Amino acid sequence: MHPILKLVAQRLALSALLLLAASVLIFAGTMILPGDVAQSILGQSATPESLANLREELGLNEPAVTRYFNWLFGALQGDLGTALTNGRDIAESLGERLGNTLFLAFWAAIISVPLAILLGLIAVRYKDRWPDKLISAVTLTSISIPEFLIGYLLMFFLAVQLGWFPSIAMINDDMGFFEKLRSIALPVIVLTLVVLAHMMRMTRAAILNVMQSAYVETAELKGLSTFMVIYRHAFPNAIAPIVNVVMLNLAYLVVGVVVVEVVFVYPGMGQYLVDHVSKRDVPVVQACGLIFAAVYIGLNMIADIVAILANPRLRHPK
Amino acid sequence: MNEQLTYMTKQVTAGKLTRREFMGKAAALGVSAAMASTMFADAARAAGPVKGGTFKMGVQGGESTNTQDPALYASDVPIAGGFHWGEALVEVDNKGNLNGLVAESWEGSADAKTWRFKIREGIEFSNGKSVTAEDVVRTIERHTNEDSKSGALGIVQGIESMKADGDTFELTLGSANADMPYLMADYHLLIQPDGGFDNPNAAIGTGPYVLESDEPGVRMQFIRNPNYWALDQFAHYDESEILVLNDTTARTAALQSGQVDAISRVEPKIAQLLARAPNVNVNNVSGRGHYVFIMHIDTAPFDSNELRLALKYAINREEMVDKILRGYGGIGNDIPINAAYPLFDDTIPQRAFDVDKAKEHYAKSGHDGSPIILRTADGAFPGAVDAAALFQQSAQAAGIPLEIEREPNDGYWSEVWNVEPFCASYWSGRPVQDQMYTTAYLSTADWNDTRWKRPEFDEMMIAARGEVDEAKRKEIYSKMGRLLNEEGGLICPMFNDFIDATSTAVQGYEGDPNGELMYWKAPKKTWKA
Repeated sequence: MHPILKLVAQRLALSALLLLAASVLIFAGTMILPGDVAQSILGQSATPESLANLREELGLNEPAVTRYFNWLFGALQGDLGTALTNGRDIAESLGERLGNTLFLAFWAAIISVPLAILLGLIAVRYKDRWPDKLISAVTLTSISIPEFLIGYLLMFFLAVQLGWFPSIAMINDDMGFFEKLRSIALPVIVLTLVVLAHMMRMTRAAILNVMQSAYVETAELKGLSTFMVIYRHAFPNAIAPIVNVVMLNLAYLVVGVVVVEVVFVYPGMGQYLVDHVSKRDVPVVQACGLIFAAVYIGLNMIADIVAILANPRLRHPK
Repeated sequence: MNEQLTYMTKQVTAGKLTRREFMGKAAALGVSAAMASTMFADAARAAGPVKGGTFKMGVQGGESTNTQDPALYASDVPIAGGFHWGEALVEVDNKGNLNGLVAESWEGSADAKTWRFKIREGIEFSNGKSVTAEDVVRTIERHTNEDSKSGALGIVQGIESMKADGDTFELTLGSANADMPYLMADYHLLIQPDGGFDNPNAAIGTGPYVLESDEPGVRMQFIRNPNYWALDQFAHYDESEILVLNDTTARTAALQSGQVDAISRVEPKIAQLLARAPNVNVNNVSGRGHYVFIMHIDTAPFDSNELRLALKYAINREEMVDKILRGYGGIGNDIPINAAYPLFDDTIPQRAFDVDKAKEHYAKSGHDGSPIILRTADGAFPGAVDAAALFQQSAQAAGIPLEIEREPNDGYWSEVWNVEPFCASYWSGRPVQDQMYTTAYLSTADWNDTRWKRPEFDEMMIAARGEVDEAKRKEIYSKMGRLLNEEGGLICPMFNDFIDATSTAVQGYEGDPNGELMYWKAPKKTWKA
């Protein structure tokens, strides 16, 4: 077997194992959430009789281990159960929310990743001169402002004052494709500003690191232009750390945008999860946890595999 | 006013000129925008309701866990949705009167124990099925039976028996209650086909709109119910939408940028700023909700009425309304009742901030001078921590040592409220006095959060329930109010207003003390010019 295939297979197996371990943690974690589902659903106006009735109906009286295995096998077959609070099929409502989250993350990534790498390359080319300093100053400022504040500022100027974009990004299936894009313009800008600095700085640092090496000096002595040196010789050797940080930010775009969702009333996974946690709707929390874990592990796995593939010593073994 | 303008306003009244056209032409005539806007609104109001258009309401208080089962309604978005597709037997209007909805008329027996509701003739559910008295029996049954999870269980559990008698629904109570019809207006008690036993989430009822799509925690879409029984008076919009906007800034921005026509829950601190925005009306209406400090009168030192009076005189009510509610509210009088209630007696003397009287009562109480601990949290009511600090200062002026203990929001309602002897709290009020007193001032009530246990008070309450002569009932309620004001454990400095906002295009808005946005009936009763 080709050593690369073996390494990749190992990564895959490890990821699957990790996901299984995560599922145990998620299940155990939801077991120790304080409070009671029935109490949370009925709220302040609950009476003892109605509480007992609801608890019975929701099957909260079975042992935890039985419930874990039932849940795991169900989840493997795509059956995530029904929400305790409103009796809806979780896979169905979650699918819609996940689709929305991925839609937003996709467009934010499409804009921010190339932009960050391009800015990083420019910063290296003009290292310590004004373009480098300007890029760093702007991106570091935007990452330092809390995202909800950037959101409110954009909302005030671009939506309320100028009326260019809608202030709420509530997309739905009746909308056309371009209408959807217009709706998510503001959250996409906010997310781009939030993730830009991290990826840009990493690109800059990784390439600068490579720029110190002897083969770059050789390339320069051959008379190649600085951009050509960066593009042909430095960048390919800096891919592994860059892909790592890009994947980390992609994961953030999928699992960490609840604040942006709330500010722009975007119907994504974050708000969905928070609502169900506060109502102690355990099956939904578990399903969301599992999906978030899968996204995180999956993206990190891709980063690892890309790093392996980008390493010539592994690609061309002796 | 020149002839051209007169002609234009007539055109508006006749429905031949839109707002945009009118504003444009008025500007050309040199009329200021504010003036033109007012003229347009007047002309449009004179025109009466106009059918058509879409109404979008941005509402706080919706979660992706919400359902359409009225028994489980607990927050604003589901309640607002329920009033789109469903109706109870009756409704309490903005003057405190009862209007018939599913019930056309009703009457009680002389002993106020048996109540008969006649079902409106020819009324149909949105699925085309006629509404029968049997459906009403089944609906109330679903909320009362032993398996019920209904939030209305407390309201309907006094019902001893029910039956359908032709087109009449008849219920018999265990003990007399002259307010029974008011209780049937509760938002949980929407009449459903077969009581909703087959599918409680079906959202089929007799309301002005029909549920078209439902994304819990995001939005609900409705279209006009072509079968609605009062189409000539209500349901002016072709479509109505509820958008769940839980974030304050998102709500106000959506209204300002025209993405919604109305929003709920405008915070007092931004109400005046928002009112300055063009094309926005901020509406406030005094309701029955009250922000309070409660003392357990069976626990030292609050078992001394002199100390209770000292604290009641040591609170500066006007200051609280000014600073905590920013003027959007009214002062309270240490009873849970205000003018928004039917049969309220406004001759009960208003207690004022009086340092001398506070000192006098404090001296008489013989309190040893040890700090009196007041527990508070922002979750008790918005601004509760600040309100406690104001109370501490005004009490200090009278030499009463209050000590504030700040509690976490999480768990406040289970660990502090109704447990600790002195704390900040909030009551949302009830449609009638009896229901408010029954919930929190009856000796046996679970939520008797001031430990007010007076047999003579209970007796008056029960006598009032059976009293069908309104003047006599008012007198009994007045006596109860005075007793509570003098000796109760409730310090009620303020009643908070409901503040909402609508676009100036929305016509026919009338404040309703039952709740925000005309108690969620804005989609039913307003129209756009």
